[in-house]
Amino acid sequence: MGQFGIGQPLRRLEDPRLLVGGGRYADDARIEGQFWGVFLRSPHAHADILAMDLAAARAAPGVKAIFTAADLDAAGMPDMACEVELKSLAGEAMARPQRPILARGKTRFVGECVALVVADTQAHARDAAELIAVDYAPRPAVAGAQAALRPDAPRVWDELTSNLPVHWENGPVGPVDAAMAGAAHRVRLRIVNDRLVPAPMEPKGALAAWDKAASKLTLWAPTQGGRRIQATIAKRFLGLEQEQVRVISQDVGGGFGMRGQTYPEYVALGFAARALDGAVKWRADRTETFVSDYHGRDQVNEAEMGLDAQGRIVALKIHTVLNLGAYMAENGPRLPMEGGGRIIPCCYHAPHFYFSVKPVFTNTVSTDTYRGAGRPEANFLMERLMDKAAAACGLPRDEIRRRNFIAQFPYKTPLGYSIDSGDFAAGLDQALRMADWAQFETRRAEAKRRGKLRGIGVAAFIEAAGGRAPVEDMRLQAAPDGSVTIFSGSHSHGQGHATVFAQLAHEFLGVAPERVTLVQGDTDVTPKGSIGTFGSRSSMMGGGGLKAAAEKIVAKGKRIAAALMQSEAEQVSFAQGVFRAGASEVSFAAVAAAAHDPAKLPEGMAPGLDESHLFQREAENFPNGCHVCEVEIDPETGTTEILRYVAVDDCGIVLNPLIVHGQVHGGVAQGVGQATIEKVVYDEEAQLVSASFMDYGMPRASGVPYIEAGFNAVPCKTNPLGVKGAGEAGACGAPPAYVGAVADALRDFGADHIDMPLTPEKVWRAIHGKG
Amino acid sequence: MHNFAYHAPASLDAALKLIGEKEDGKIIAGGMTLLPTLKQRLAAPSDLIDLAGLPDLRGVKKEGGHIVIGAMTTHYEVATSDVVKAAIPALAHLASIIGDPAVRHRGTIGGSLANSDPAADYPGAAMGLNATIVTNKRAIAAEDYFLGLFETALERDEIIVSVRFPIPEKAAYQKFRHPASGYAVAGVMVSKTGAQVRVGVTGAGPNAFRARDFEAALEKSFTAEAIKDVKMSPDSLLSDIHCSAEYRAHLVGVLARRAVAQA
Ligand SMILES: Cc1cc2nc3c(=O)[nH]c(=O)nc-3n(C[C@H](O)[C@H](O)[C@H](O)COP(=O)(O)OP(=O)(O)OC[C@H]3O[C@@H](n4cnc5c(N)ncnc54)[C@H](O)[C@@H]3O)c2cc1C
Repeated sequence: MGQFGIGQPLRRLEDPRLLVGGGRYADDARIEGQFWGVFLRSPHAHADILAMDLAAARAAPGVKAIFTAADLDAAGMPDMACEVELKSLAGEAMARPQRPILARGKTRFVGECVALVVADTQAHARDAAELIAVDYAPRPAVAGAQAALRPDAPRVWDELTSNLPVHWENGPVGPVDAAMAGAAHRVRLRIVNDRLVPAPMEPKGALAAWDKAASKLTLWAPTQGGRRIQATIAKRFLGLEQEQVRVISQDVGGGFGMRGQTYPEYVALGFAARALDGAVKWRADRTETFVSDYHGRDQVNEAEMGLDAQGRIVALKIHTVLNLGAYMAENGPRLPMEGGGRIIPCCYHAPHFYFSVKPVFTNTVSTDTYRGAGRPEANFLMERLMDKAAAACGLPRDEIRRRNFIAQFPYKTPLGYSIDSGDFAAGLDQALRMADWAQFETRRAEAKRRGKLRGIGVAAFIEAAGGRAPVEDMRLQAAPDGSVTIFSGSHSHGQGHATVFAQLAHEFLGVAPERVTLVQGDTDVTPKGSIGTFGSRSSMMGGGGLKAAAEKIVAKGKRIAAALMQSEAEQVSFAQGVFRAGASEVSFAAVAAAAHDPAKLPEGMAPGLDESHLFQREAENFPNGCHVCEVEIDPETGTTEILRYVAVDDCGIVLNPLIVHGQVHGGVAQGVGQATIEKVVYDEEAQLVSASFMDYGMPRASGVPYIEAGFNAVPCKTNPLGVKGAGEAGACGAPPAYVGAVADALRDFGADHIDMPLTPEKVWRAIHGKG
Repeated sequence: MHNFAYHAPASLDAALKLIGEKEDGKIIAGGMTLLPTLKQRLAAPSDLIDLAGLPDLRGVKKEGGHIVIGAMTTHYEVATSDVVKAAIPALAHLASIIGDPAVRHRGTIGGSLANSDPAADYPGAAMGLNATIVTNKRAIAAEDYFLGLFETALERDEIIVSVRFPIPEKAAYQKFRHPASGYAVAGVMVSKTGAQVRVGVTGAGPNAFRARDFEAALEKSFTAEAIKDVKMSPDSLLSDIHCSAEYRAHLVGVLARRAVAQA
């Protein structure tokens, strides 16, 4: 509506505050007399802890207490559990060993918390941590998932007979093999989807404060909502009622999926705060974030696709090996089959489909959700296969996609999810048009005359948005002056909810966006049923909740307006902030004022204009899109430059194009980062070699292309706003578009696939046959 | 960071005296390398002796056929110095692409050469431009200065005062940036003065060195074509998680040709 409503490019209302340092992050929280916590972390990837001598550390200046697994065990503290339950085809349940908060007798990865030192200052706590003498007996360690599957591999868990907790399959392979055997064309690929660090700008950190009088713990920490962490810390770990823990995450410097988890550090700090009856602060440094934040991706996929003579898929087989790390994170094992599995086999119809997943323990940090959480991996695999299939079938890369696109909706995927809508062919056509795909060969020839190799790549992708939890709680409250406060269950850690939700409030209630305040990230204040933000869900879940809450406000407002205008509620209409009945009208602000004045209310009506709604989603939504990337390679060095990047996205109804483009830009930056320079490297002893920004390549502005972004909006049919998520799309589209472009540039050199990141050296090797 | 005593001497002599007296005193210049190692507790000097208060160590001068740069001159000052830009534009360019703006405003040429990071840029310039490192005790030719990985001819009580660069007829610097750190995966400074050609290489080996085969070929004909077939052996070059020695050896050839073409 109007200048500020749905679809308008309203600039981010939160930016002025954030840009002048007005953000309130976990590290901004401090309490008079707080202690400082420092975690002693394991330098070994795998070792028995034979003994720990704390005497010198305890006697060090300023030390208040030192906690180890023994203290937690004495207090009956349980271990951390993975939420996922999986079964093999034969019905065997997945082994689910639990992670101790602090290492108990053994450490299983470099960076694992061994002890928590609490002192009066951070420096004293550090000094004391260095004085703890741990007697480690190192054991052989294994970092790679495939290596960990070998029978002679070091075992991460003595309790298990191998590093494989379950072998999951979607069904028997037989029928798929039979279909594959009859295929006219068969293509195979082995794809390593390398491990990434989320590396948010704000490192992990927390302040845990125990209030003895109230018997309540307050935890300031960067989360993606906090409600789940509140419940877990209270009920599972501290034996408290949920309300006895308050989690505050007002502003958060980047989430990317790694903030939703209850990290062991938070639990240990909460335990320490209660034990010491005080407040304990902790701030991770950058190296700590590298070695202890959950990592993303890390899959090896072996896939085979069979096609008929016309290039239509007849069968698809995928074997995925997933590196879990040493411990199963909350979502860890389910990412391929639930994260990626919700959409696999992506934009295409595959009549026969076999999917095998082996999640594997290794001596590394846990892997968990990271921007896209399984969907970028699935899309990457499918798009690389489609390019290879195009070559095998002698079809152009766009044509083979057109022939296989799902075109009938709703479409039921092999794993049972229902895709409501989309127009994949239209998105493809639009992207090709914007990128001038048709004239590409002219540009290739021109580049060749300059001694350069030019290539173009196209990637269609599909996403699943809405996240696992099917509810979200939103509350709208109008003040007597007509201004509105949103108490949001959804949580912005960069996405711009303060803007988009203000637009929605404006759309539904007619209030000016600058008169809308967003309150988020405080479990004492946000609605009880709040969940948070992950899986590109806020537009549908938070937006849907807001819409319903606004409808309740309008319904009540109509009754108040009717009383003011001496009319009947049924006669009152509401549009653009004005209630009307016949020739009379009254503004939303006047109704809000009346709502707080019992004298003006209809009889029996409770005062206030304050409504909540627990939104329940019908289904997830399925954002999709098509990205085209054009590159030029310097064959002498392998250096690759992105010359053009086109992103066409279907995120349903666009609430704010600036915000959506921003999400696409960020996602593409992360996708390009993975495709070009990002890579976590563990060495043979499972030491993390890429533990700083000196060694881990973060994409910089200079490496991210100008992005021409367009929309191919097909409204979602299963939610009230018609929206589809936008947060993770870019990270799905960029890797296959980029790698496809490089492979195209190298088509004369027999390199149909190069594993990410495509460093200059790898590209140079492919060109010079030094594979 | 561990505790240390901080000193801000007002003269070179005072600084040297402190170095002599203190048990484990360390000089600090821009701090761009030293401070991170202190913060990570990889070093714990008893005393830090700051050279920031010694104005004589800062600034750029032209002395006859030489450019003399004080050890405490920042990368930014070198990059923007009219004197350097007029005499050795390749050196100004090199300084302008070190790290990022914050690093260029703090980091110093003396600190860079004292540190001798294998991937730093200035060591390549020192070799490729035939520089002399002048300390409180002596003048050391670049060739005698770099001894190994983070290892130089400097003695414990020796402070770099300035660096002297003879002004070449022409020179050019080509750098292949590391995607994460921005340092040189390989960097080549080529210069020509009369019949003499210098090719200084950084990034590729444990310390900066001269590529003598390239020099010999270029002294016959200063063209990219002349070194087309000259190969660098990967044998003593670095191999790490980013680049193999083989690739680095190849890059040195490419960068040398490009530098010659650009000079
Ligand atoms: C993010 C980042 C990126 C960087 N990128 C690059 C790059 O691309 N290329 C590059 O070349 N460099 C790069 N650097 C290094 C930087 O340019 C500095 O040159 C380097 O850190 C050393 O200079 P400094 O003045 O900071 O020395 P300091 O850190 O103060 O000192 C370094 C060492 O030198 C000793 N020292 C300092 N001055 C003297 C002296 N006058 N006499 C004797 N000993 C002395 C000190 O005792 C210490 O051991 C980067 C640094 C950072 C932090």
